[in-house]
Amino acid sequence: MSKKPSATIEQKPNASSTSHGKAPINAALTQAQKIELFSQMVRIRRFEERSHRAYTGKNAAGGANIGGFLHLYNGQEAIAVGCCSLMGKHDHVITAYRDHGHAIAVGMDTKALMAELYGKVTGCSKGKGGSMHFFSPERNYWGGHGIVGGQIPLGVGLAYGVKYKGHKGSAMAFMGDGAVNQGAVHEAYNLAALWNLPCIFVIENNGYSMGTSQARSSAGELAKRAEAYGMAWGVCEGHDVYEVRATMDKFLKIAREECKPAVVEIRTYRYRGHSVADPDNTYRTKTEIEDYRRTKDPIQVFQTALIAEGVLTAESAEKIDEAARAEAEAAADFADASPYPTPEDIQKDVYWESDNPDQRTSQGRLFFN
Amino acid sequence: MSQLTYREAVRHALAEELTRDPNVVVMGEEVGQFQGAYKVTQGLLEKFGPKRVADTPISEAGFIGMGIGASMLGVRPVMELMFWSFYSVAFDQILNNAANVRYMSGGQINCPIVIRGPANGGTNVGATHSHTPENILAAHPGVKVVVPSTPYDAKGLLKSAIRDNDPVFFLENTVLYGEKGEVPDEEYLIPLGKADVKREGKDLTIVTYGRPVIQSLVAAELLAKEHDISVEVVDLRTIRPLDIDTVLASVRKTHRVLVVEEQKPFCGVGAQLTYMIQAEAFDDLDAPIGRLCTIDAPAIYSPPVEVEQLPNPQRILKAALALLD
Ligand SMILES: Cc1ncc(C[n+]2csc(CCOP(=O)(O)OP(=O)(O)O)c2C)c(N)n1
Ligand SMILES: [Mg+2]
Repeated sequence: MSKKPSATIEQKPNASSTSHGKAPINAALTQAQKIELFSQMVRIRRFEERSHRAYTGKNAAGGANIGGFLHLYNGQEAIAVGCCSLMGKHDHVITAYRDHGHAIAVGMDTKALMAELYGKVTGCSKGKGGSMHFFSPERNYWGGHGIVGGQIPLGVGLAYGVKYKGHKGSAMAFMGDGAVNQGAVHEAYNLAALWNLPCIFVIENNGYSMGTSQARSSAGELAKRAEAYGMAWGVCEGHDVYEVRATMDKFLKIAREECKPAVVEIRTYRYRGHSVADPDNTYRTKTEIEDYRRTKDPIQVFQTALIAEGVLTAESAEKIDEAARAEAEAAADFADASPYPTPEDIQKDVYWESDNPDQRTSQGRLFFN
Repeated sequence: MSQLTYREAVRHALAEELTRDPNVVVMGEEVGQFQGAYKVTQGLLEKFGPKRVADTPISEAGFIGMGIGASMLGVRPVMELMFWSFYSVAFDQILNNAANVRYMSGGQINCPIVIRGPANGGTNVGATHSHTPENILAAHPGVKVVVPSTPYDAKGLLKSAIRDNDPVFFLENTVLYGEKGEVPDEEYLIPLGKADVKREGKDLTIVTYGRPVIQSLVAAELLAKEHDISVEVVDLRTIRPLDIDTVLASVRKTHRVLVVEEQKPFCGVGAQLTYMIQAEAFDDLDAPIGRLCTIDAPAIYSPPVEVEQLPNPQRILKAALALLD
């Protein structure tokens, strides 16, 4: 039977397991690199909190600063940061609509991200994609996708591309615990296993798909489904960035060296509602959220570990936090001051050919109004 | 009469049909415990129990296909797509199975399934969540397509859809869910395939459906007040079957037509309509048929710009004035 991870959270003190800190991939980290991991997690948290305020507040014109959906990553920071910190030149990332954390972890500019949320032309997708559709191909970040499970075959395609071009690399295809039940995911698993493609399917298991717990949506164990396709699989805890890195490093090496896919389930928790518009109280208790925050908050856990290692002090951690708040505020100011796209922009970026008319080879009308 | 929201009207139709016919079941993502992503199914699980109201995993191809299969055995599933935009995940089931199985079996099988959910832009949810597939669905003989614009229509049409013996695709609108309107307290049905003249006029006919009906009524009011132009607004309500007779009768009265749709223009519902109007009422037309659509590009996110991409009262007004020049 599948377990309901959120209901079985152990009450552990705030300490990162030192055994994972000693894993070679983590032992090799310099102090500066450790601080960088920590500050990335803090920057994600502060970015999300600032965007939440912008979503619920009003702009000068009395409207909302951010429209549509806003799926926040609070609580899951160690996953994006841990995984993306392992990326080399030919490692690629793709994820679903809960995509802000990965975007920051691959190094995207928070100003452009916030401007995208505000629907501004200075946004990373020129205001066309919104919260669910962040992209940065130059950082090997392929989005940001709104259809549950739809990004997973694309991830296999990235792995195929890496292999086809003869690169030593991989694709990490992220999805939620609800997405594992989409047919496209299973077709993608089979292709990756059958064709030996270097794709790591990362299930960020936060216990719920919207208001549905894992136990109510999925038969069997999530990662173990890999066995049906002859794929390797693993499970790890997502509140400990060291553990995430140690686990993912193992599978990424196999992917890069042997062109083998794997499924990795990373257990985590989301603090906020499914999206900002969805209230929490119908499907989980306040205590459940508070228990996780108290015992497994990924930022707290890492901060405690780094202080114990002598890498951070309470004061230096506070400075990092202040800088992250200031950065998020500056991003909001930038977004606020930026212009919106114009109605003329609506029909730009539709076709490569209409954006590059001097190189057009097809004939006839492309647009119909 | 009661004042009900569109959301409540849909919910009442579901509750009444669940009560009337033990074969009716409601399924979809978050329809039960979570009370519906848009709270349309609120209270139904409590009232009818988990056998009749079931939460599905996020597996549109699987559960929509399952509903179609069950309908072949006489279960009458009303399946919710959280957004119609997710129909693409279940496209094969919807079009190859629901639409074709009757034909391929030489009429031995029918699929009394309803698939319902919102299909609209206007809430800044971007290109993947803003599809309006009524034209794509209606392009397949064997299916019926309904797009109600008011609470009254939504309730009466959904009840008919659930009783219909063919697959019916019922396209709602998240922007309209909170809109209120008069709904009779006693039971009523609205037949599929019957258009409704929402406003009478003599200078111009606007043919439309879904949310643009509401916007066209706003534009018609402005045209009357500010330009002394009398507009008739014909709400198709059902795309297939299509009540072309009501449309033609209006055209013969006003001699000018503007088709308004929240669709991209290419092969949209309006393309079929304008063809039929010119084929059957050419001599009655005093001007080329006008057409106002969503601007031809994927749905833009940027909130203030999305308003301009979609039909809106100002765009409708301009298009109407251009026709009357
Ligand atoms: C095909 C499809 N069906 C339904 C949805 C609506 N939806 C968006 S997110 C979501 C829940 C997904 O949960 P999970 O995969 O666990 O990811 P999480 O939100 O927890 O990160 C649902 C049902 C969608 N976007 N796409
Ligand atoms: Mg989840």
